[in-house]
Amino acid sequence: MSNVLVVAELSEGSLKRATETCVTFAKDAAARTGGKVHGLVLGQGVDGIAQELAKRVDVVHVVDQEALKDPMAETYAQAIKAAADAAGATIVTMAATAHGKDVMPRAAALLNAGMASDILGFASDEGMAMRRPIQAGNVIATVELTSDIKVISTRPTEFDPAPEAASPGEVKALSVELAPPKTRYVKFDKIASERPDLTDATVVISGGRGLKEAGNFPKLIEPLADKLNAAIGASRAVVDAGWVPNDMQVGQTGKVVAPNLYIAVGISGAIQHVAGMKGSKTIVAINKDPEAPIFQLADYGLVDDLFKIVPELTEKL
Amino acid sequence: MKILVTVKRVTDYERKVKIAPDGSGLVTEGMTFVPNPFDEIAVEEALRLQKQHGGEVVVVSLGSKDAIQQIRQGLAMGAQRGILVESEELDPDAVARVLVKLVEEEQPDLIIMGKQDTDNDANQAGQLLAGYLGWPQATFASKVEGLDSADEKAQKPGVVIEDGKATVIREVDGGLETLQMDLPAVVTTDLRLNHPRFASLPGIMKAKKKPVREIPVAELGVDVTPKVKTLKYEEPPTRQAGVTVGSVDELLEKLKTEAKAL
Repeated sequence: MSNVLVVAELSEGSLKRATETCVTFAKDAAARTGGKVHGLVLGQGVDGIAQELAKRVDVVHVVDQEALKDPMAETYAQAIKAAADAAGATIVTMAATAHGKDVMPRAAALLNAGMASDILGFASDEGMAMRRPIQAGNVIATVELTSDIKVISTRPTEFDPAPEAASPGEVKALSVELAPPKTRYVKFDKIASERPDLTDATVVISGGRGLKEAGNFPKLIEPLADKLNAAIGASRAVVDAGWVPNDMQVGQTGKVVAPNLYIAVGISGAIQHVAGMKGSKTIVAINKDPEAPIFQLADYGLVDDLFKIVPELTEKL
Repeated sequence: MKILVTVKRVTDYERKVKIAPDGSGLVTEGMTFVPNPFDEIAVEEALRLQKQHGGEVVVVSLGSKDAIQQIRQGLAMGAQRGILVESEELDPDAVARVLVKLVEEEQPDLIIMGKQDTDNDANQAGQLLAGYLGWPQATFASKVEGLDSADEKAQKPGVVIEDGKATVIREVDGGLETLQMDLPAVVTTDLRLNHPRFASLPGIMKAKKKPVREIPVAELGVDVTPKVKTLKYEEPPTRQAGVTVGSVDELLEKLKTEAKAL
């Protein structure tokens, strides 16, 4: 009775990659508790997703009910509590996406569990102490949960997606009695974008103050992003200046990204920004100021005028 | 309408905090303290709602005696009174349990909190509180068209309250979600909800006379035993600075052959 329950997240009818990364953490956790990895799929008409998740875990619980059609914390937390009981789970985990951040603390309250947010992994080869970033990523805290049931959200960029197992796990239907909800799901407005999502993109190009004015985002950054099929990010300074919308902000108070390639254009590298991108595999910095802090973490630095370099780079790609 | 808003005293998030040499804690001596930026947005939202609907805004803080400064700042912005629960640093679960107790006493219609604090970054207290109370929740409250919108220029609240229900637009992955909740409810704020006002000089003067109830946490009779224990603090692994390249051609060459990033 010390299983690990992974709560799945759906994105437009398929299993989110972030959930697959959370399964990797769950397997590590289950090896420590001596339990099995259970999955949980919530929604309506989600049998296909349950089958998909079953390729990666030992058992999948699926709660397929109309009341769970839309992902609302109020109803989902109740279903997670019921599934944790059914699965004999002592660890309940989910990727720290917007949905995971919303629902998991509420589930923790129902489970009387302590919760560790945004976990980077276990602190050592044994034991249950975990590492998590605090203070805008400037400090790593090692934390331990003292409650019997432990709720944990995992940072998706820190784990590889779990591979499929040789044979799929068992899928079990679970029925949950939900209290009448006091929340109504009105609508979801998708932000239409031709570009990949910032947090999923393999390449991210970010612009900062060095671009001098808002008009240089479409003029310089967009053509380069088009060539690389990249998402576009920005520093807080240019978001505050109103050059680009807030959802493009990479940093502690914006989005945390860890792409394969991160190109920082005209960005100095304030603590706040660095916290959001230092997990990137390869970092390129283009800035005419050789003293810019961004060069202290860039793999490749180009000290030159971005107005000359960026068009040349775009052309030669 | 009565609105409860929480404000946490945090270290200035623009500065780097030092770690004690033995890794047992953080060195906050000499640091500047500010209200958690997400909480300032919460206070602003509460004041805008109060302007529309009347009632009272109560600012609550849990922390050291010095957190009275952050409460006074909320009062200077326009809130009516404050409650300071004096305590050591509590984990989010204990914070939520203390707030449950205050909610029982105060019976607010709405609670607005920052989505996370910039010290601990846990992003839990609002959801835990809603869970304990069995109230509906809307986290990461935002605004359509964000801070450039006409509504923001007119200083309208993003949260719409009508017929005992609150409609909230939430910033989620890939878009915006709209929820409608029966009151009472818990809302947590994201960055695009509003531009918080600055306290005016008359506001600061008036704040000095506004009532603040100070209670030691022990007097509330709430179990504040932490469920999360921090064992150690350390620096994150630093990235080694790489090389400076002299030209675009050299950069492309390195990205292709060395980093295999293209």
